[in-house]
Amino acid sequence: MACAGRHGPEVRSDCWINVEPGGSGLHLNLESKVKSLYGTHIERQIKQACARVGLKNARIDIKDSGALPFVISARLETALRRSGINVGSTLVPPAKADFTASDKDRLRRTRLYLPGNTPHLFLNAGLHEPDAIILDLEDSVAPSEKDAARVLVRNALLAVDFYKAERMVRINQLPMGLDDLEWIVPCGVQLILLPKCESPDQARLVDEKLNAINPGHAVWLLPIIESARGCFYAFEIAGASPNIAGLAVGLEDYTADIGVQRTSSGYESLWAQSRIVNAARAHGIQAIGSVFSHVDDQEGCFQAARAAKNLGFDGMGCIHPRHIPVMHDAFAPGEDEISRAKEIVLAFAEAQEKGLGVVSLNNKMIDAPVVKRAQTVIRHAIQAGRLNPGWQDNTSEVE
Amino acid sequence: MEMVVNAAGRRVPIRINGQAVFPFQGIGQYKPTGRMVGRPLRSCADYPADGDKVVPDIKTALQQCGLRDGMTISTHHHFREGDLVANRLFDCIAEMGVRDIRWFPSAAFVCHAPLINYLEAGVIHHIEGSMNGPLGDYCSEGKMRGTAVLRSHGGRWQALQDGEVHVDIAVIAAPAADRFGNCNGARGPSACGPLGYAEADAQFADKVIVVTDHLVPFPCTPWHIQGQLVDYVVLVDKIGIPEKIVAGTTQITKSPDRLRIAELTAKFAEAAGLIRNGFSFQTGAGGISLAFTKYLEETMRRNKITASFYLGGSNQLPVRMLEEGLIDTIIDIQAFDLQAVCSTRDNPHHIACGPFTTYNYHGKGNFNTLTDIAVLGATQVDLEYNANVVTHSDGRLKHGIGGWQNCLFAKCTVLAIPSFRDRIPVIVDKVTTLTGPAELVDVVVTERGICINPRRTDLLDAIKGTKLPLIDIKSLQHTVQDICGGAPEPPHVGEQVVAVVKWVDGTVLDSIYRVL
Repeated sequence: MACAGRHGPEVRSDCWINVEPGGSGLHLNLESKVKSLYGTHIERQIKQACARVGLKNARIDIKDSGALPFVISARLETALRRSGINVGSTLVPPAKADFTASDKDRLRRTRLYLPGNTPHLFLNAGLHEPDAIILDLEDSVAPSEKDAARVLVRNALLAVDFYKAERMVRINQLPMGLDDLEWIVPCGVQLILLPKCESPDQARLVDEKLNAINPGHAVWLLPIIESARGCFYAFEIAGASPNIAGLAVGLEDYTADIGVQRTSSGYESLWAQSRIVNAARAHGIQAIGSVFSHVDDQEGCFQAARAAKNLGFDGMGCIHPRHIPVMHDAFAPGEDEISRAKEIVLAFAEAQEKGLGVVSLNNKMIDAPVVKRAQTVIRHAIQAGRLNPGWQDNTSEVE
Repeated sequence: MEMVVNAAGRRVPIRINGQAVFPFQGIGQYKPTGRMVGRPLRSCADYPADGDKVVPDIKTALQQCGLRDGMTISTHHHFREGDLVANRLFDCIAEMGVRDIRWFPSAAFVCHAPLINYLEAGVIHHIEGSMNGPLGDYCSEGKMRGTAVLRSHGGRWQALQDGEVHVDIAVIAAPAADRFGNCNGARGPSACGPLGYAEADAQFADKVIVVTDHLVPFPCTPWHIQGQLVDYVVLVDKIGIPEKIVAGTTQITKSPDRLRIAELTAKFAEAAGLIRNGFSFQTGAGGISLAFTKYLEETMRRNKITASFYLGGSNQLPVRMLEEGLIDTIIDIQAFDLQAVCSTRDNPHHIACGPFTTYNYHGKGNFNTLTDIAVLGATQVDLEYNANVVTHSDGRLKHGIGGWQNCLFAKCTVLAIPSFRDRIPVIVDKVTTLTGPAELVDVVVTERGICINPRRTDLLDAIKGTKLPLIDIKSLQHTVQDICGGAPEPPHVGEQVVAVVKWVDGTVLDSIYRVL
């Protein structure tokens, strides 16, 4: 006997499946709150899956709380695996999602954490328009459920439409994280978060494994620095592979590691945060801030995101969809910032047109890094919907 | 049971519980004739000259009312899940050995599940009122002897005044009353707000019993129900638990998906130009509707707009808007939380009234058609924009109609609903039970986009050029079925009609069948 999944009055969009191989024939006991609507569907799905793995004799108990087919499939697969049945890849659902790679420097202001073994949070996550969703295999999954979460996350990557959000997975710490990759990499994941990264070797190991599983297919890597040691090696980690799209910081574990309380002002982690921003910038990649964890504090969320932006971070993590628009607002360039950037970009264009080597604005010389920053501000303003993409063409009309 | 097909294409019986009924004929098509029913004439000579109508207990009051087998008894739901009177009333009726009562509540709740014992024992013959929770299951499984009749709050008044339902004894739970029977819901330890639903029963019942736990010296003011209409007053230790008024469907949602629906609804209302100075609105009791009010408030503040009136069921959100000058007047039949209870008592611009003033369709106009926007829930909407609020896709009775049908007459009716719940599609081919005809359902807002009834070309024009996520209802249904893994099986129901849904004019809109 081996079971998987959850049931009970508080469970939604999940199911519990118990497989007891033996006896003669296949016997299903289905309890479901949608039995009258989907009972036949569910029984057909289970029977087809059993036929595919060649399971002919078993009793299967299902307690269903309105699970969608990809969840039922994952729970059944986990229960079968736990009962020692060789499932192979027979139960991998067909892919609905596209497998194209994301842009290395795409906007990553918000990444919404979704606990990897809690399917009801997956279904509408993309509707809230985060820049990315993270299917988490690490801290939000109990050690005894790691196998179940892998199957569920794989199925979610294949079956759930996350709309425009970048599809990220946070794997477990190495070495377990390397095994996680085998489950998720061929299934449309676009970026891997590597937790508690402390050395460039760890990042390289993941990178090599990614290449081995799916050669020639770009899956970006975002190491999370959450220890004093990781902080010390931030520069080396950022440069470990061209597939590293950014460095993220995890302040909860970092402050614990250096033995201090995390405060809302964040002064205790100022050095770490600045070091990570600088290490990332030195390699021309993104710097991503920590998670804001107070669900009901919208104002605090805005302040935290604004503080992160002011330190040089490109985005933050969030644990609740309500934080997404607040963070997008905080990370959007301000009006002054945009108009200044427009002036600089126009001056640069004018200088290039005239073949001048030096860009000047209001009789002041503008350095190359300032031009580059202005171009980034313009790009972000357009992505955030604060600036019309054709602003240069309309300049004369607007002004 | 002889059935006909009504104007909405639904099969409905022509007799219900032995009484002839009209099939639905189309919106506004059935016109009543004749005169309203009256209550019996009485003489002061038969009532105590000192005005003291107090009797020792409910049983005595029932005896003196002449309670006998087969009578119709009504109660009201101002306490929602906190009602302590209906169960106690039927304990008394059972002890008196009386049988076959028709219970005519303004709504029943899960707290009334113990009454199933009296349905089983024959004390109650059948219920005509909302069938929620365990009572809904009991009825859906065909266990009730009579046919349940579901009416809107306005339809309940209409049924009483038109003489469709004759109430023998009305039992009114009143948080404050004097010995003469003047009473209100505003004061006392069990204050619950307006007693609007009891107004009709006080007007039309043969006998009226007021049950209170707070007897005050004469005169009890304001007298929401006048003592002139009351036969007996009973003092008990406790009539209801006001804290439980908030239970059930009256809490703001915390679900991000549902908050998104509420926010989209407010954005739609703003983009369509419905939020302008002097506009009026009404929201249902569901979590999404309440959250909509919060977003609406933000929109009004941002644009410096005030509303002329809010039609309630009110709660703390419109109450705060009233206090801060964003709403001029709240017109209220019932309070959904304790802040609303206090406001009806203390704020002269918070008006307590009944479904006659606001909802009754057989009157000289009602307030629903004056309302600019109503935001409501639903269990299902179909591709034609017909809506269901009483059963789920499995055919089981789950909810009452409440004021829902009456509110459909607003100038713009929005159903703010998820496109699926767990695995249950809400956007369906055909509603299981027709509760709201498509002509009156203007907009459906879901987490996956906004559908506008093609009949409302004015609304479609009004939002042209906005960034609102419009979606064709067929394409939405396709998406939902794709997520849920195909179309659900049709409900497993038989031929036996266990309940009917009445339209606001008393005609029969649809039948509800026994689940197998």
